[in-house]
Amino acid sequence: MSKVMVVTSGKGGVGKTTTSAALGAALAQAGQSVALVDFDVGLRNLDLVLGAERRVVFDLVNVIHGDAKLAQAMIRDKRLENLSLLAASQTRDKEALTQDGVGRVIDELRGRFDWIVCDSPAGIEKGATLAMRFADVAVVVANPEVSSVRDSDRIIGLLDSKTCRAESGEAMEKHLLITRFDPLRAARGEMMSVEDVLEILAIPLLGIVVESQDVLMASNVGCPITLHNPASPAARAYAEAARRLLGETVPITTPTAPRGFISRLFARKAAA
Amino acid sequence: MSLFGFLARPRSAPQARDRLRALLAHERGMAGRGDLIAVLQQEILAAIARHITVDRDKVMVRLDRGETCSTLEIGVEVPHWALAN
Repeated sequence: MSKVMVVTSGKGGVGKTTTSAALGAALAQAGQSVALVDFDVGLRNLDLVLGAERRVVFDLVNVIHGDAKLAQAMIRDKRLENLSLLAASQTRDKEALTQDGVGRVIDELRGRFDWIVCDSPAGIEKGATLAMRFADVAVVVANPEVSSVRDSDRIIGLLDSKTCRAESGEAMEKHLLITRFDPLRAARGEMMSVEDVLEILAIPLLGIVVESQDVLMASNVGCPITLHNPASPAARAYAEAARRLLGETVPITTPTAPRGFISRLFARKAAA
Repeated sequence: MSLFGFLARPRSAPQARDRLRALLAHERGMAGRGDLIAVLQQEILAAIARHITVDRDKVMVRLDRGETCSTLEIGVEVPHWALAN
């Protein structure tokens, strides 16, 4: 049974595309066949993060309009043969995506892949609602920061009302992925804790990805972080999140600040 | 400021959490039925306008959204001649 998963957030810049690439690659590394679909029409970037930007010939809109066959538009990753990309179009026409068209493409992908990962654009406009429309599973990406959490709450509301699953009375499986988490700032009380965010959004936690230079380096070179630097904490968090999506029970540990720093902090405070 | 003065910075995370809680309690409540307060404001003004001519410039509307309750204050200046009729 194939699964359609939307990676969404409401707010921009929280790490949806990075997460789509990393989770897609991690699922492929775990032996699944994966199709990544970029829904950010007009502002595509998943091709760039995957290092496939020079191989895009046809895109999602071409397939919807019948200008290209799905097989012609899918770009197979050079490193992981069971990972493929369907790029977004660079057209400025917002009406390029239609619900019927997207539904047909998703149906066809369901027949060919184990996982269809839909990378949602920011916002709550057509691209975002169509990215979530046919999903079975949603990964809500949030940063521990007020505007991101508020927008995530809004998106959770849409997942529970505007998707095919919600409309047919079925439950939408939702997971929270906290990204750009800074353990040191959280320990100092400058950043909301994982518990704060979880309590407010009240959906199960899929993983915690720390703010890290490794993530930027991976996108700089166009390689999903789980492939580029598998030993890095961020890559491990994504790999574990993928295993959880596959049904494995993997305990989540909240990243902590490097030892010594916090104790030094308290020692200083006591001395002050 | 002392060398370690930055340590005395107030912890802002609890504030972020509490502000979000209050805001989301409000936003979740009005999901799907528009802004009730805005509707109330319009309907109250429409009811007054049925009886007297309301000068829009002489209407004061103040809204204060709180965590457990909100207050909507509407002040309408009614000239004596309007009451005399």
